[in-house]
Amino acid sequence: MKKVSIQFKLNGVLRQLKAAPNDTLLELLRDKLGVKSPKTGCDRGDCGTCTVFMDGRTVRACLVLAPEADGREITTLEAISKNPSPLQKEFAKRNSFQCGFCAPGIVLSATELLKKNKRPTREEIQEAIAGNLCRCTGYTPIIEAIEAVAGKRGA
Amino acid sequence: MPIACEFEYYKPKTLPEALALLAKHKGKAQALAGGTDLLVWMKEGLRSPEAVVDVKALKELKGLDLKGGALHVGARTTFAELIESKLVKEKFPLLWECSRTVASVGVRNRATLAGNICSAVPSLDSAPALLTYEAVVLVQGSKGKRDIPISQWFTGPKKTALKDGELVLGVKIPLPKKHGACYAKLGRYRGEDLAQVGVGIMALANDEYRVAFCAVGPTPMRAKRIENALNGNKLSDELICRAQELVPQEIKPISDIRSSKEYRLHMAGVMLERGLKAAAARLAGEGPAYGESVL
Repeated sequence: MKKVSIQFKLNGVLRQLKAAPNDTLLELLRDKLGVKSPKTGCDRGDCGTCTVFMDGRTVRACLVLAPEADGREITTLEAISKNPSPLQKEFAKRNSFQCGFCAPGIVLSATELLKKNKRPTREEIQEAIAGNLCRCTGYTPIIEAIEAVAGKRGA
Repeated sequence: MPIACEFEYYKPKTLPEALALLAKHKGKAQALAGGTDLLVWMKEGLRSPEAVVDVKALKELKGLDLKGGALHVGARTTFAELIESKLVKEKFPLLWECSRTVASVGVRNRATLAGNICSAVPSLDSAPALLTYEAVVLVQGSKGKRDIPISQWFTGPKKTALKDGELVLGVKIPLPKKHGACYAKLGRYRGEDLAQVGVGIMALANDEYRVAFCAVGPTPMRAKRIENALNGNKLSDELICRAQELVPQEIKPISDIRSSKEYRLHMAGVMLERGLKAAAARLAGEGPAYGESVL
């Protein structure tokens, strides 16, 4: 199994390294690059806790082979959190998460939604985060926070 | 769960290169598009290829456009792209509606229509649309091209008519006449789930109907007996009852972790009724908006 040379932008910084073909992007980020916001949950694309942006769209990092990251731009919660967005502040204010395991994925999914759709309906919010499982909150404080910032500047 | 199998990763830049790789590793190569099924199957040990051929650099597999009276969906086209396409929403509403029910946003950003039909799971959400639109799968092997009608594509659970060494270039969907449509999907809960039952309906002018099911047999299927009973007749409660009586002849559901056989049989009938009514109403410019569930 030949390692593959890859080069990609991670949170704005160009990274060059060699990856095993059967490493996932999630393993690469967490174990080799120390980026810990994407979590290992179901590891099969159902729970959304490994969500990262790839060229501006959310993807499941557990379902991307590390070599596929070559030439792409990967953004994780770490980059967004340098300057917490109004959405993140609203989540914090409302105590939207308890254990926080799902939070990185939900922040990214909700950020993607608000980028595409400034005024989502409750149903559209539910659909946007349907692939992000939260086992603590019953989703209500999460959905309410997204509703509260929707349409506001910089959300 | 890490991927246990060991393989070489290739990302060919040209189609001949890709076909040569598939031929070289015959029977042990896997084409990779979105990877949302393939990676899960590799993790579970259902697939252990010695070569993974990433097709995302092939220009022949790109594109989503109307040409020669048909929609050409390149094999690299994701469900997110289908949903965001005005053309798909306006001219192929059944494909649009079913695409929205596939998994979740983050999966649809990567998963492709071509990959979906190559997975060929019985609960394939895109299948009822492709079956009723009578799509054609465009396949290329080292010896040449083949056009495979979607009606001959699914040969069993996770099995297709694709031969070793062949690659799906895309899917061609003939531009249908004006129609109303409805894809009804039953899951255990609203949100991300595989279908317990899926029904796709197409309602055309002059009381012509096309009906297809998924998740209620080893492969997705067209329901010709139901179509014959409906065609040429005004849609009425009585006619729908007659169509519902034919459901057990058309589908062969099983009991599994998601549902019992009996529940699937019952709900297929209920969904047939709701789907027919919604598709007919939409043809007349009424009914629920596309994307709104009828369940």
